Amino acid sequence: MSYLIRNVSVLGGAPVDLVVRDGVIVDSADGTEEVMDGTGLIALPGLVDLHTHLREPGREDAETVLTGSRAAALGGYTAVCAMANTNPVADTAGVVEQVWRLGREAGLVDVQPIGAVTVGLGGEKLAELGAMADSAAAVRIFSDDGMCVHDPRLMRRALEYVKAFDGVIAQHAEEPRLTQGAQMHEGDVSARLGLTGWPSVAEEAIIARDVLLAAHTGARLHVCHVSTAGSVEVIRQAKARGVRVTAEVTPHHLLLTDEAVGGSIEGTAPYDPVFKVNPPLRTAEDVEALRSGLVDGTIDVVATDHAPHAAQDKECEWAYARPGMLGLETALPIVLHTVGDALGWDGIADRMSRTPARIAGLDEHGHTPVPGSPATFTLIDPQARFTVDPAALASLSANTPYAGMELPGKVVATFLRGKRTALDGKAAA
Amino acid sequence: MIKHLLSAADLDAVTATQIHDIAAEMATVAGREVKKLPTLRGRTVVNLFYEDSTRTRTSFEVAAKRLSADVVNFSAKGSSVEKGESLKDTAWTLQAMGADAVVIRHPASGAPHRLTHWVHGSVLNAGDGTHEHPTQALLDTYTMRSRMGKVEGLNVAIVGDVLHSRVARSNALLLHTLGAKVTLVGPPTLVPPAFGSLTPSLGVSYDFDSVLPHADVVMMLRVQKERMNAAFFPSSQEYYKRYGLDSARLRRMPDHAIVMHPGPMNRGVEIAPEVADSPRSTIVEQVANGVSVRMACLYLLLGGRS
Repeated sequence: MSYLIRNVSVLGGAPVDLVVRDGVIVDSADGTEEVMDGTGLIALPGLVDLHTHLREPGREDAETVLTGSRAAALGGYTAVCAMANTNPVADTAGVVEQVWRLGREAGLVDVQPIGAVTVGLGGEKLAELGAMADSAAAVRIFSDDGMCVHDPRLMRRALEYVKAFDGVIAQHAEEPRLTQGAQMHEGDVSARLGLTGWPSVAEEAIIARDVLLAAHTGARLHVCHVSTAGSVEVIRQAKARGVRVTAEVTPHHLLLTDEAVGGSIEGTAPYDPVFKVNPPLRTAEDVEALRSGLVDGTIDVVATDHAPHAAQDKECEWAYARPGMLGLETALPIVLHTVGDALGWDGIADRMSRTPARIAGLDEHGHTPVPGSPATFTLIDPQARFTVDPAALASLSANTPYAGMELPGKVVATFLRGKRTALDGKAAA
Repeated sequence: MIKHLLSAADLDAVTATQIHDIAAEMATVAGREVKKLPTLRGRTVVNLFYEDSTRTRTSFEVAAKRLSADVVNFSAKGSSVEKGESLKDTAWTLQAMGADAVVIRHPASGAPHRLTHWVHGSVLNAGDGTHEHPTQALLDTYTMRSRMGKVEGLNVAIVGDVLHSRVARSNALLLHTLGAKVTLVGPPTLVPPAFGSLTPSLGVSYDFDSVLPHADVVMMLRVQKERMNAAFFPSSQEYYKRYGLDSARLRRMPDHAIVMHPGPMNRGVEIAPEVADSPRSTIVEQVANGVSVRMACLYLLLGGRS
């Protein structure tokens, strides 16, 4: 299939015609089969998510590789990195290849598996990192996300070991002894609600330790879902010293605060587990620091931490609810809403496509859609606003905190190597 | 009238005083030969207890029965809950059985809030995790009013494991509403600075002895010995020395000041036996007042709306 997209603005530039043929963008529109009107639309390189939970294998009632791929395509993504905390854990070549193949079969986004750092996420023994790197899935990112690699010796060895194949360790920074029983951010709201606090220092202490280990080993460290102002400062200092560290922030940490747990958002009640996430929602000061850190480049990328959960895992007491919220279909609108003006279209392309593609080693992604580049891009209507309806999302789960919220910017279409994977709210398969 | 009683913050001064006034009337029932009123005849009150608490459950049960309600005690132990039934499913079951009020005790903070989404009847929080225990605050303030003649203007010291105490939270909120001045006292590990934001006028002190001479009420909190293992304080002995209420400290309190404790007590850990048993202790009164206050709450939430 070939397409002519008329009058589309690439990264906010002057309107041009984009021609898609044989998986790439070409100059000549001769013989194109379908013409789309791109007037008023923005073309961005296809979004790349460094942090997605697809739940398959193990919790196919919450999400599958196929349904998560649909959600990703509808959100403007062309590649997602699937976290390793599945059941069984993605800690062997067999499991990562299974996820990778399921992604290929779905054919909507490139599903790049992340391998576990330790066997069973147990934090005691290194997983077969090399075997996963050598597998068909060619794993480059390793993470025990959901758990922190908190043993400093093991973390050091992991950082050293993956240097052999230019791997990166993506750390869920949480000192477990400081977060025992923690339910939300430690502060005024947790005091009021009687929920055990997750102190900011539990994240900051691990990041501080890890950047020192990264400096010592010369290895690549990636910090998952940074959530505190102190963490931004630690990363800023590390980068200034030349440490090979990158970091991500989630859309929800750019928008929501711990006050939401107390029922501050209209239409919500206190203790609604839809706001339970790990790391927890922090304070307004943290949100401000995260936005500034993203804009000035201290934080490299926006990653969704898309975490689908079945209804029964959220419709319960706060303490028993699983942490996490959906993210793929709302990430770009939240970014536009929170830092869109400050970043501009090129900045958004950088934080949501180019840089995550570079960190993950996904060479076919992150290219500005111009002649000669892969036809892997997304079309956005920046003027459109839409109201989030959990029932209308493609994910198998409905745990979005944005239900009923009106957000700016709508993904009109997504293309992956010339295949249109989403159009007007419908995925291609 | 409020539909649910989830937090002491749900109560304004007028409502809390109304509950106290009704409790005073209800207290007279206990002195009668037939300790029963027909007020809630035909109404069903479910005691849904996910935690063992003979004291609170019995208090609610006696209160409901004195108002002639039908009482169902639903204990999580040995029930479908142990087989994995969710709170939502349990709520639907209670709803199907026609529960007009559910009194819930639950180890998870906020569970009563969640329950209100799934039942039509009134929900009374009988203690949720480390969050709140509003009827305890009502009975405590009722006890203060009975002993001191008023609540407004009192200096109340709440002493001990504030961090994990639902009683402390509820009392701090209600005492503020009723015009008392509250000071939270304990080691910094158990009285974090964030607690100072619970109400505008809340004081925090780590020096019990400096607070004592100005206190009209000293409310001691239970200190669990396992907190010691979690390094909240070094030893029971050190805790008792710095924050325990012994006879010497009792003597430094003003003559009119009273000693309260929500129970159960750890004698020799947070309170000396002779202090607990002294005439200035209101501990037994608090238990008796609990029934009257809970009768008043049930009456207002159920009878008041019929």
